[in-house]
Amino acid sequence: MYKIVKKETLAPNIYLMDIEAPRVAKSCYPGQFVIVKMDEKGERIPLTICDYNRDLGTVTIVFQTLGTSTKRMAEYEVGDSYRDFSGPLGCKSELVDESDEELRKKHILFVAGGVGTAPVYPQVKMMKERGIDVDCVIGARNKDLIILEDEMKKVAKNVYVATDDGSYGMKGNVNDCIKDLVQNQGKQYDLVIAIGPVIMMKFVCILTKELGIKTIVSMNPIMVDGTGMCGACRLTVGNEVKFACVDGPEFDGHLVDFDESMKRQQMYKTEEGRAALKEKEGDTHKNGGCGCSDK
Amino acid sequence: MDVLKKVPVREQDPKVRATNFDEVCLGYNIEEAKEEASRCLKCKNPKCVDGCPVSIDIPGFIKEVEAGNIEEAAKVIGQYSALPAVCGRVCPQETQCEQRCIRGIKGEAVSIGKLERFVADWSRENNIKPEPPKETNGKKVAVIGSGPAGLTCAGDLAKLGYEVTIFEALHEPGGVLVYGIPEFRLPKETVVKTEIDNVKALGVKIETNVVIGKSTTIDELMEEEGFQAVFIGSGAGLPKFMGIPGENANGVFSANEYLTRNNLMKAFDENYDTPIAKGKKVAVVGGGNVAMDAARTALRLGAQVYIIYRRSESELPARVEEVHHAKEEGVIFKLLTNPKEILVDEKGWVKGMKCVEMELGEPDASGRRKPVEKPDSEFEIELDTVIMSLGTSPNPLISSTTTGLETDKRRCIVADEKNGQTSKEGVFAGGDAVTGAATVILAMGAGKAAAKGIHEYLSNK
Ligand SMILES: Cc1cc2nc3c(=O)[nH]c(=O)nc-3n(C[C@H](O)[C@H](O)[C@H](O)COP(=O)(O)OP(=O)(O)OC[C@H]3O[C@@H](n4cnc5c(N)ncnc54)[C@H](O)[C@@H]3O)c2cc1C
Ligand SMILES: Cc1cc2nc3c(=O)[nH]c(=O)nc-3n(C[C@H](O)[C@H](O)[C@H](O)COP(=O)(O)OP(=O)(O)OC[C@H]3O[C@@H](n4cnc5c(N)ncnc54)[C@H](O)[C@@H]3O)c2cc1C
Ligand code: SF4
Ligand code: SF4
Ligand code: FES
Repeated sequence: MYKIVKKETLAPNIYLMDIEAPRVAKSCYPGQFVIVKMDEKGERIPLTICDYNRDLGTVTIVFQTLGTSTKRMAEYEVGDSYRDFSGPLGCKSELVDESDEELRKKHILFVAGGVGTAPVYPQVKMMKERGIDVDCVIGARNKDLIILEDEMKKVAKNVYVATDDGSYGMKGNVNDCIKDLVQNQGKQYDLVIAIGPVIMMKFVCILTKELGIKTIVSMNPIMVDGTGMCGACRLTVGNEVKFACVDGPEFDGHLVDFDESMKRQQMYKTEEGRAALKEKEGDTHKNGGCGCSDK
Repeated sequence: MDVLKKVPVREQDPKVRATNFDEVCLGYNIEEAKEEASRCLKCKNPKCVDGCPVSIDIPGFIKEVEAGNIEEAAKVIGQYSALPAVCGRVCPQETQCEQRCIRGIKGEAVSIGKLERFVADWSRENNIKPEPPKETNGKKVAVIGSGPAGLTCAGDLAKLGYEVTIFEALHEPGGVLVYGIPEFRLPKETVVKTEIDNVKALGVKIETNVVIGKSTTIDELMEEEGFQAVFIGSGAGLPKFMGIPGENANGVFSANEYLTRNNLMKAFDENYDTPIAKGKKVAVVGGGNVAMDAARTALRLGAQVYIIYRRSESELPARVEEVHHAKEEGVIFKLLTNPKEILVDEKGWVKGMKCVEMELGEPDASGRRKPVEKPDSEFEIELDTVIMSLGTSPNPLISSTTTGLETDKRRCIVADEKNGQTSKEGVFAGGDAVTGAATVILAMGAGKAAAKGIHEYLSNK
């Protein structure tokens, strides 16, 4: 059993929890994920590692309630335990193994969409710990849905916020913000790391390809085991089939077939999950929770 | 009674069982078992034993069954096998012990598997438990993977007094026995769980949710956690795909995914959260045991099911009994047929499959006649689900994170057949991780051999 030692509500329907899982905490790195199974009847839910404390043996997860499983997860309180918590799974972020010297030469921009801000955070934090300055764009539909802004400000050199409705920061989506930085504010970047809804990552990649900036994305396909045994998580990257749970979840965004990935993600969307998305984002998925726009 | 014929075993009616997940074969009762046992000639030179990979004293236990001493029979089997209720059900007996049975020269072989199963089931129902060792020798051994290889190795080492911990990546122990082989062939709660509990009763600890190579590594287990030897029984779980167009469409699954959703995650039971795309018209590509299991699972979830296999019936690698059961239940066999493309609708879902007819040509390297395409024989079938069952290979997670562990070009770990020794000192391996996908009893045999190898290694150290 894996005990919940902290629970916070970051925004409506977005929760942060610290879970006691010493083996995971001891060996995890930014970029990796865990699989949570709440109880006997629960499904195996993949969630990105958002922070960890090796001394306390805890791992932080942040999740957004969508359908049955995530809603049920949110009903757990401090002191309760999840039955299973397996990990770390997947590969660590490429940045982990790059030398400080190499990293210092690069101008890196992190792009976080909605709940995707949580998995961006540990990477930015790691850069800070290694003395490397990076910029970060956080996008969401409105002010209430911006999460971890204060934390991010402590670790990134510059944090830019964009909201679709203009209720906070710049009015527009993350792409508007990136364009503004590069085209109007004279910023130069050699690497973008974008994490958020697939549709946001797709459009960020279209833009960064035009701008000629290498872009890493973190994919979140449907998964079952998370160890390479089932193939549910397969996706096409540069015409090759990859298993996101063992080959990823981070990939070169300019090579990912996002359209196929989006279709595959729909496979088990429940009515509730769909209704919640529709309620939040409208039929056309315009103004996705990330603040991106559709075609 | 006709001594030339097996005492028939009771089975669920095919029409009824095609709609439920209860066990197909109901097994013998004590009278039937005794009667079947009386058919055994108790040969002085029992050929059957040569056919069993773990050399169970078959006439020895059958003699006890005939005399009605089932507990004694269980003790005889227990000296050789840790998982008799499993092997009695899923061993390919017809090509192993029963194929060699002298009774089988004229007439039908003795039903060794069904008798073994009877003894194991009887022991469980009468609560016979193995005795834990009196004292431990204080030496720690780590076992990776809780499939038949790992469970057997752990059980044998515990009996010798070692402190054994099994590390399992998934949330339930059992390996393929829980995630792969369906409930209707191998009941999980009664049979598999009891056999695992028996291993635990010997003092073996099982830590689930630990992915070796990720959560920790073999080097760390040995250097930091004080394990003096490690056994790798991580199986061959990585699924293959064909590489044909449309294979990433919604509705195309590996057999592993389909079976895992249904067996391990219990998607067929609506009280469980994990979903499964049931499918109305399902094609399973492949002809092995795994393909039969996937087909019969889809059938039970309410679909019309085809098996698509590129050779002919006599080459089907699945057990004859499984093919027979699948046919009885209504699975449609499309033999000498090969998929060319999966047809996809505009929303990204499977709508059919383009296939080509095959004919058998010259024998290939394996001695089987090689299937070749018949010209101009393409045709399409309408489908909503495709399950790929093309075999599996070992996962590179462990070999890529352990220093000095040699693998071959199929990614199998290289290990000595006699004692499981790998290229790395103190590290042993066996089962599917070494041989590639094989059978439960071979994995068990390898686990046993490695337990002996580890004991010798640690005794001489
Ligand atoms: C590597 C990885 C990391 C992730 N990290 C996070 C995270 O940090 N925070 C977070 O909020 N979410 C994250 N997700 C997504 C999260 O797993 C899904 O939101 C969750 O499984 C949805 O379940 P549900 O039953 O509540 O929703 P529903 O929409 O009702 O889902 C129905 C079914 O579809 C599947 N499913 C639906 N959406 C997804 C999805 N995006 N990914 C995988 N399976 C899905 C599930 O199997 C589920 O049974 C991650 C996914 C992956 C693969
Ligand atoms: C659907 C299906 C039907 C079958 N039917 C039959 C049959 O009728 N008769 C028969 O004899 N054989 C059958 N087989 C084959 C048989 O099940 C296998 O040969 C046997 O289970 C192999 O045993 P094993 O212990 O080597 O590996 P497995 O049973 O595969 O167990 C390996 C275990 O190791 C775990 N593991 C893997 N990697 C790691 C890691 N890095 N860290 C921690 N744990 C890890 C896995 O999660 C798994 O639990 C079937 C197989 C399948 C898939
Ligand atoms: S273990 Fe398998 S091969 Fe050996 S006697 Fe039993 S059924 Fe036959
Ligand atoms: S060979 Fe057949 S008849 Fe002879 S001992 Fe074995 S099971 Fe009995
Ligand atoms: S989740 Fe099963 S292979 Fe990736």
